[in-house]
Amino acid sequence: MRKFEYLRPEDRARAVDLAANPDVKLLGGGTNLIDLMKIGVETPEFLVDTTRLGLDEIESRADGGLRIGASVRNTDVASDDRVRERFPVLSAAVLAGASGQLRNMATVGGNLLQRTRCAYFQDVTKACNKRKPGSGCPAQTGANRELAILGGSEHCIATHPSDMAVALRALDASVLIETEKGAETIPLADFYRLPGERPDIETNLPYGSLIVAIDIPAPRNGARSSYVKVRDRASFGFALASVAGVLRVADGRVAEVALALGGVAPLPWRARVAEAQLMGAPAEPDRFRAAIDAELEAAQPRPENAFKVTLARRIVVRVLNELAGATREGEAS
Amino acid sequence: MTGTARAGPTTGTPAAIGARLVRIEGPDKVRGAAPYAYEYPVDGVTYCCAVGSTVTRGRVRSTSADAIRQVPGVLEVLWHANAPRLATADGSELAVLQSDRVAYRRQIVAAVVAESFEIATEAARMLEIEYDDEPFAVELRADDPDLYRPDKVNPNFATDTETGDVDGALRSATYGVDHTYRTPAYHNNPMEPHASIAVWHGDELTVFDSNQGASPVRARLAELFGVPPGSVRVVAEHVGGGFGAKGTPRPVVVLTAMAARVVGRPVKMAATREQMFAFVGYRTPTIQRVRLGADADGRIVGISHEVVEQTSTIDEFAEQTAVATRMMYAGANRRTTHRLRRLDVPTPAWMRAPGECPGMYALESAVDELAIASGLDPVELRLRNDPQTDPETGAPFTSRNLAACLRDGSRLFGWTQRHAEPRVQRDGRWLVGTGLAASTYPARARASKATARARRDGGFDVELCAADIGTGARTALTQIAADALGVAPAVVRLRLGDTNFSEAPLAGGSMGTSSWGWAVTRACEGLRARLAEADGSVPVDGLAVEVDTKEEIERREQRPAHAFGAQFAEVRVDEGTGEIRVARLLGVFAVGRIVNPMTARSQLIGGMTMGVSMALLEASLLDREYGDYLNHDLAQYEIATCADVPRVEAHWIDERDDFVNPLGAKGVGEIGIVGTAAAIANATYNATGVRVRDLPIRLEKLIG
Ligand SMILES: Cc1cc2nc3c(=O)[nH]c(=O)nc-3n(C[C@H](O)[C@H](O)[C@H](O)COP(=O)(O)OP(=O)(O)OC[C@H]3O[C@@H](n4cnc5c(N)ncnc54)[C@H](O)[C@@H]3O)c2cc1C
Repeated sequence: MRKFEYLRPEDRARAVDLAANPDVKLLGGGTNLIDLMKIGVETPEFLVDTTRLGLDEIESRADGGLRIGASVRNTDVASDDRVRERFPVLSAAVLAGASGQLRNMATVGGNLLQRTRCAYFQDVTKACNKRKPGSGCPAQTGANRELAILGGSEHCIATHPSDMAVALRALDASVLIETEKGAETIPLADFYRLPGERPDIETNLPYGSLIVAIDIPAPRNGARSSYVKVRDRASFGFALASVAGVLRVADGRVAEVALALGGVAPLPWRARVAEAQLMGAPAEPDRFRAAIDAELEAAQPRPENAFKVTLARRIVVRVLNELAGATREGEAS
Repeated sequence: MTGTARAGPTTGTPAAIGARLVRIEGPDKVRGAAPYAYEYPVDGVTYCCAVGSTVTRGRVRSTSADAIRQVPGVLEVLWHANAPRLATADGSELAVLQSDRVAYRRQIVAAVVAESFEIATEAARMLEIEYDDEPFAVELRADDPDLYRPDKVNPNFATDTETGDVDGALRSATYGVDHTYRTPAYHNNPMEPHASIAVWHGDELTVFDSNQGASPVRARLAELFGVPPGSVRVVAEHVGGGFGAKGTPRPVVVLTAMAARVVGRPVKMAATREQMFAFVGYRTPTIQRVRLGADADGRIVGISHEVVEQTSTIDEFAEQTAVATRMMYAGANRRTTHRLRRLDVPTPAWMRAPGECPGMYALESAVDELAIASGLDPVELRLRNDPQTDPETGAPFTSRNLAACLRDGSRLFGWTQRHAEPRVQRDGRWLVGTGLAASTYPARARASKATARARRDGGFDVELCAADIGTGARTALTQIAADALGVAPAVVRLRLGDTNFSEAPLAGGSMGTSSWGWAVTRACEGLRARLAEADGSVPVDGLAVEVDTKEEIERREQRPAHAFGAQFAEVRVDEGTGEIRVARLLGVFAVGRIVNPMTARSQLIGGMTMGVSMALLEASLLDREYGDYLNHDLAQYEIATCADVPRVEAHWIDERDDFVNPLGAKGVGEIGIVGTAAAIANATYNATGVRVRDLPIRLEKLIG
């Protein structure tokens, strides 16, 4: 029988100590890890529960931002008054994911590190470079409807499935971690890696990292934000494409903008090209379209997912239009 | 004790049939007190885990069974080289481990029996298997040169039919449509997987099993293990859904019984969700060419429905996809054909409304296209072509109330407010459209036995080996028995799901209530007569009457008997993203007498909801490289959630068809899924102007 040991440390130092072991997997709500253990994709010898480490608080930061503990449940993130008031895009993104039951279990740390839903990754009888480096990527020519159009490589086109991370990426969040060597803050911008030749290495986390919290800087003054997600069914489905948008318009021009795309890339994709084109430009639909088109020039769609280019373009334009409209209305009133 | 107790009809008992009686076993289920197959406590039970092939076609050369047998806790490793031979190794999916041939990927090629579930699972994972693998073919194509014509289609219909000059009629028709519709493979996936516990005492076998019919499971096990049927007892008291997947025995029960015999201890096994997509059956994908021609008045002059579908190299399963087209609409010139391809795939099997469900998707889509071509309202077109006698045989229907369903549905739905022109109705960025389709399903009955017994305490036991797979059969049969006995349902104890009771057919073909209810009625009538003769006195060990409806059913005049329905859908399509949501679904059905409005409604809206999944979400994705189905869990194989079915309404017309059975009921289990997908596809066309002819209708098909 394949045995594993379940450990439930009560303090962080002990957890960090335990984490420095290649046979350890940290356990959040277990909604992804346990499933992957059942199907043989993950085979840890030790499960170290991170939910009794006192990492379950949401605190206001001096700058008006928030610090959200790694084991705060997704439901509690979405329903927190401060989150809803300051970062509605985050609340909306979390609520757009999974189901009520799953969100009640899922933690912030686990959500960030959930694995791809690529069907080949989840089937140990098939090749997958992410699961078994060098074995191949049948998705390149196989079932790739759900997979990446941006940032993929010939070795892997898996998408990162999180909705929450997309919002956090648009909000310039950072991840606080601890290892044996001490504490560290990693901007979400540097947290995930593109697959390149090593799709098995998904993040830049140092060895033995415990995620402790996420920091979200103060909301940008007067900026509006929202989240749009497209999926096949009305709930309980992963994003075919999603966008988290933050926008402030001043004097009819884009004064601040952040756009992150979900469901289209191996990581929450910050649309830097589009943002650069938009800064200072008139807040008009034509400009929105041109900006996202420029971003999507880099897209490398596969036969089954070419529609995602159209989808991403349309939802970005929709979000920007809505946010610009809301800003205008806000100014008028 | 001396003397006699008195039993008999109480006066003034309100009719139980038609009452909203709540599900009898509901409280037990809610409290977790209703045992399902896997949950029976059995001393010394061991666990079996099946190992699936990782090649798609070939032979098993060797395994590391000898090494695995040494793993602590492992009792046995079975594969074709050491598995006991079954008495009838008849080249079906049930010939588990009987040969070295691999006919499809994930077919059972070995099994581990161990002291615990965990040991069995891990040992199964460790087992190494060497194969000789061969090139395979798994993809269904209409131009495949290896298509063949089966001798019949399920269960016993002519493969092809042809009347008149079809090609001539289609050529000279004023209006015509000629399109090909495609449906993918679907896996039934009841909530409870196939599960069994097998216990042998010498040559006596007891099996706790999740199935749609314990009597047929017993018969098959007796054959396979070479023991008399009387030596096999199958118990299936509560079953967590089947949708056809448990209609006939599947490999799980055979493997469990085989393993128990080999290790000499009880064995239990439940299919994993992944295995639910492997070896327990599924609905075949179909490719259907439908041609319709109509004259200037919209009267159909030619109908042609040509079906291509698959079966396996193990067994022939020929889904009766075009059979409903034979009786649905009038028209002098008619053709239906079925062609199969034997692929290196698992054998398809029964799934809710086999034949009618995929077939009526194609036919009812084509009828909608004909309505558009001829400029007729789709309700009117159907009314003009609604035959009063069977168009193939000329025989009168026992009852045919399609027109009433169409008219009532049209009124309840507000059909006449629609815009026939597509892309006209909007609500913000949503395009709104409406569509309809007709439904039909045969009304049949099988012979059944049943026993009714009066007890001395004034209560009644009614016993037969019927199956309640979550439908409410136990409750409906209690109502039927109560009325036949003339007593209140509360004094009737209905017992089913056990071969110790009178032999009964399976829950399938929407025949459960008709078949079992018929026998229950006769048994209760018989008992009532006996009680009357005995002046109500009941002997110490009760008074029992057992009946068999075989003769009565065989004697009956044969006439075409079908249930009908009309389903109306309103869909909303986001013009930008192509997201499709079914805002409203309304069905009106002519299904004979309703025994219990609550459980009947659940069946109808359940079928309709499954139809929403079929229209928009469900598809088993063929992995062309590996040859199996790629999405094999319920996160990847999407079905409708509650949010996808905000408003599903089922209505029925007042119908009682005394020709079909003494109850006048036609069965409600399957008709709900028939036509739904077409109604939604037709509504999607009305909303968007895009006609999608391959399911599911996914957003990329609308935004291109
Ligand atoms: C059917 C289904 C549908 C879903 N739909 C969506 C959806 O639409 N959108 C969406 O965003 N998500 C969806 N999810 C995924 C869900 O959001 C994730 O499963 C969940 O967020 C994971 O959180 P968890 O705490 O349960 O993580 P776990 O399963 O416990 O862990 C996941 C990973 O994180 C690591 N980890 C956990 N905590 C820490 C820590 N403190 N430090 C370091 N590493 C840690 C674990 O080692 C593991 O590798 C869905 C899941 C399912 C099953």
